Amino acid sequence: MSNSIKAYVTVGAVFSAEGNLTPKYIIWEDGRQFEIDRIIDVRRAASLKAGGAGIRYTIRIGGTETFLFLEDTRWFVERRVS
Amino acid sequence: MDRTILHVDINGCYASIECLYRPEIRDKPVAVGGDVEARHGIILAKNELAKKYGVKTGEAIWQAKLKCPNLITVPPRFPLYLRFSKLARAIFRQYSDRVEPFGIDEAWIDITGCSDRTGYEVADEIRRRVFSELGVTVSVGVSFNKIFAKLGSDYKKPDAVTLFTRDNFRSKVWPLPVQSLLYVGPATTRKLSALGITTIGEIAQAPVELLEHKLGKWGYVISSFANGRDSTPVALYDSESIIKSIGNSTTTPRDLTCDADACIVFYMLCESVASRLREQGLMACGVQISLRDSTLYTFERQASLPSPSSISSDLHFAAMSLLKEHYVWQKPLRSVGIRAIDLIPASSPLQTTLFEPPQRRVKREKLELAIDEIRNRFGHYAINRAITALDPSLTNINPKEDHVIHPTGFFKAI
Repeated sequence: MSNSIKAYVTVGAVFSAEGNLTPKYIIWEDGRQFEIDRIIDVRRAASLKAGGAGIRYTIRIGGTETFLFLEDTRWFVERRVS
Repeated sequence: MDRTILHVDINGCYASIECLYRPEIRDKPVAVGGDVEARHGIILAKNELAKKYGVKTGEAIWQAKLKCPNLITVPPRFPLYLRFSKLARAIFRQYSDRVEPFGIDEAWIDITGCSDRTGYEVADEIRRRVFSELGVTVSVGVSFNKIFAKLGSDYKKPDAVTLFTRDNFRSKVWPLPVQSLLYVGPATTRKLSALGITTIGEIAQAPVELLEHKLGKWGYVISSFANGRDSTPVALYDSESIIKSIGNSTTTPRDLTCDADACIVFYMLCESVASRLREQGLMACGVQISLRDSTLYTFERQASLPSPSSISSDLHFAAMSLLKEHYVWQKPLRSVGIRAIDLIPASSPLQTTLFEPPQRRVKREKLELAIDEIRNRFGHYAINRAITALDPSLTNINPKEDHVIHPTGFFKAI
């Protein structure tokens, strides 16, 4: 059975002049950087898998869709563990 | 036209939030409990699984563990719960500006005239949204008054919507036991039972004179409630309720055994109360202390201050005088509290006293304001009275910031 854990990540983001916040890339724990190709959806949501709640960005990285959460001032992803 | 009022209750609020944040304990019986070491060891909230074992809010953790030996207890994280409470209220406010919180995890929403949809539809949408956005379940009651709306949110839990209408309340509300009605506590339940009244329907049908005779004006109030005649409004969001008193109490990490012990703890509490008085621009004309001894016997005493004040040493002097007058230390004290009462605006004119030059009073006030500022900038522990260093085990509390808002009275909206 695969489970998910909450993995906090470093995120590079742009604040526009209008005040919008757009995440641009994620830096993984091992230092690898992944560009965010597209933001598909933004909404408030809870993460039952990782345990938390905040603003959920549905993003596409290298053809894969995944969730990126902004909880207060920290970003996290639901990292799958087997 | 009838009103449409929702009452939303976050199910097992603290425990649900802890279970959301700790997926590994989600499928186990979980309770949020106070710190046993600091002697705050009671159950504050439990999840559905713990509820099945009969774990009850308010009982001691050791009692709960007798019923449910594998109960997992986690310490409370109030800032996290307050964040969820705010987020939930932000959702409610999208449906109406009449949102009245009742404690941290409950609120009434008056959606009369706010939507083309039925109350049930809106309630169901709120239920789904809170779960999807915050990850916790709520139960919602929908009715034409606040009392029945609240009954509805208790009627079916968790994750449910209950509708009480003028057509169905007799068949659904009336069979419920009297204690489900707001303001029917153990004492009233006993008195009603002596009259042979055990259900809400029986209250509704009992002659109001009889209830008034036995229960005083509350007899009339609960008779109206039981008949669905409750017209108390849902307060506008953010409408500041008039502050009637400001208080702080604490259960100390060890029992207090003498005036010197109480003196230290009262200093901590008085500083917090005085600082909150100044924040609100108020002064107290009186002080009330509450004492609970090691057998849990609790009582309160109050006295007027010589002149209105928001200075901690004035409050402290009054509290200690009350203590010395009314307590002889036959038993140690487990918990003490102080409350500033009869509040007036700080701008009120003051009658100066013969015994203290007004300049000295102004100086003391300035001193306390300076302490407030130091604490605001550098934290609560940046500056402390030397007396608190005498026994750090008693003073390792920050009553002001650890202070959490508890449910307030239902009638404050009137």
